[in-house]
Amino acid sequence: MSTSPLIRFEGVSKRFGDTAAVDDVTLDIAAGEFFVLLGPSGCGKTTLMRLLAGFEAPDAGRVLLAGRELAGLRPHRRPVNMMFQSYALFPHLTVAANVAYGLLQERLGRAEIDARVGEMLALVQLEPLSARKPDQLSGGQRQRVALARALAKRPKVLLLDEPLGALDRRLREETRGQLKAIQARLGTTFLMVTHDQDEAMGLADRMAVMRQGRIVQLGPPAELYANPVDRDVAGFLGEVNLFPVPGGGWRAVRPERMILSRDRPALADAWTGEVQAVAYLGDRTHYTVRLADGAVVRILQANTSSGPAFARADAVWAAFAPDAATVLDR
Amino acid sequence: MKRGGVERSAWLAYAWLAVFFLAPFALVLKLSLSHTTLGIPPYAPRLDLSQGLASVVALVRDLNFDAYGRFVSDRLYVDAYLSSLGYAGVATALLIAIGYPMALAMARAPRGAQPFLVAAVIAPFWTSFLLRIYAWTAILKPEGWLNLALRSLGLPEVQLLNTDAAIYLGLVYAYLPFMVLPLYAVLERQDQGLLEAAADLGATPWRAFWTVTFPMSLPGVAAGALLCLIPMTGEFIVPDLLGGSQTLMIGKVIWSEFFQNRDWPAAAAAAAALTATLVLPILLHQRLQARTLSR
Repeated sequence: MSTSPLIRFEGVSKRFGDTAAVDDVTLDIAAGEFFVLLGPSGCGKTTLMRLLAGFEAPDAGRVLLAGRELAGLRPHRRPVNMMFQSYALFPHLTVAANVAYGLLQERLGRAEIDARVGEMLALVQLEPLSARKPDQLSGGQRQRVALARALAKRPKVLLLDEPLGALDRRLREETRGQLKAIQARLGTTFLMVTHDQDEAMGLADRMAVMRQGRIVQLGPPAELYANPVDRDVAGFLGEVNLFPVPGGGWRAVRPERMILSRDRPALADAWTGEVQAVAYLGDRTHYTVRLADGAVVRILQANTSSGPAFARADAVWAAFAPDAATVLDR
Repeated sequence: MKRGGVERSAWLAYAWLAVFFLAPFALVLKLSLSHTTLGIPPYAPRLDLSQGLASVVALVRDLNFDAYGRFVSDRLYVDAYLSSLGYAGVATALLIAIGYPMALAMARAPRGAQPFLVAAVIAPFWTSFLLRIYAWTAILKPEGWLNLALRSLGLPEVQLLNTDAAIYLGLVYAYLPFMVLPLYAVLERQDQGLLEAAADLGATPWRAFWTVTFPMSLPGVAAGALLCLIPMTGEFIVPDLLGGSQTLMIGKVIWSEFFQNRDWPAAAAAAAALTATLVLPILLHQRLQARTLSR
């Protein structure tokens, strides 16, 4: 990054009782980035975000926004807005009044507020529902009101706490696309927290995997997926086959990088085995194969003809090319 | 099955209303249409069922609206009526001003402490209402505890007993639980995440209170206000024990018509008029609630 970062966490720690929710985290996020904090629940990712919003104060370290330290600044004074996990829409206000709420606090003129609310509702395609109350909306519509409300003040940073978590699968995929498009269009810096690796990888420019209050790996999704630092990260980002290396450590191979064939392939790393389970997924087929030495590997194959290429109990060869493996020490 | 259960409990409620409210109220209405006589009981006509249907016809023919005529034409009744509403209205406003911060503090207290705080609010009910108000006379009388305390602090003494201030003090003291509990019930349910959202959107804590907490608690304010306003309007013990002889409240008027003047029809007419006006806000409140629920 050539420019100075928009957000900087500098050796930030936060304890709740005996547990360190956030443990000495240092992290820079550039303006305009779509940054995702990924980790299991309780890993400290939400606390890290709440430290930026001002709902928690760090026990140690500094949080800076555009070079300015935020310590002592109450949440209502911070130029960041959050989209809450449960949306936290005001139930007694209409959709339009919810979106206007933040603008009213700035004491803008009526005409300007109306214009901005209209613009935001258009952005999330909710103009026809502006007079409804939140309990008259579907889950997806509420999610979009929450997004419009958080964006209405044109924050420097938009914080998203599990924004897609409450939606069903199909709506989640559709909304994911909309989120990405809105972020690209506005150029706002997005900082999102999620425990869902598909969501993280599908949205992030860069992401950080967190564990026990610490960032264990940081980088673009493709880099983290291909070169995880350890078995935990490898497993958290998707399925992985681990082949022990005689001297210690493992070679990690993703299921889609495995090769499955009837005849022996011309590769050094090839084993005979038997297909134990076949899961046909339409575009792909997922095979579980038991190797001769008893190890179980998972293999994902694109379907080039109709139906799976192998059936249960077929004798097969499982293999991978040298460049498909990543060596892991831990 | 669940639906049937709901309907059955609704019928129970109606039966309860009919037996314990409508029937006594019908008796009061009938009494208010009678006229006074010398004797026991001191009114006529009376229903003599041994004469059959004819007695009902005779009874109805003998009823009249004279008591209501007197009620409307006599300034005393109208003044007592209006001043009762005035006392109750001011006391309700005081109760909201005092009860709201209490209820809010209870709702924001640590979870574990809340049952004890609720118990503390209810605790006075373990002592008779009459005794508690009577105890206030001991505090407020010229040589009472209040003045003893003031004197020991070197402050000037105050004369509160038999003043309006004492009535408000008594009303607020006696009805505070009826204001605090419904307010606590709505405030305790409020999602604290909404206040975080308000702060996140730039609202100061003060603004967040007036734009989120308070408007969302209005059903509780309405319930508390009704629970206090209605019985306070007809209140008798507080003005009788703490107020002066010049205090004009409809509860006192009804009492003195009944027990001193032995004018039962007049007392019944005043009571019926009071009930009728107080039912109005209840109906309004229920309509509002039904509208919120149907949404």
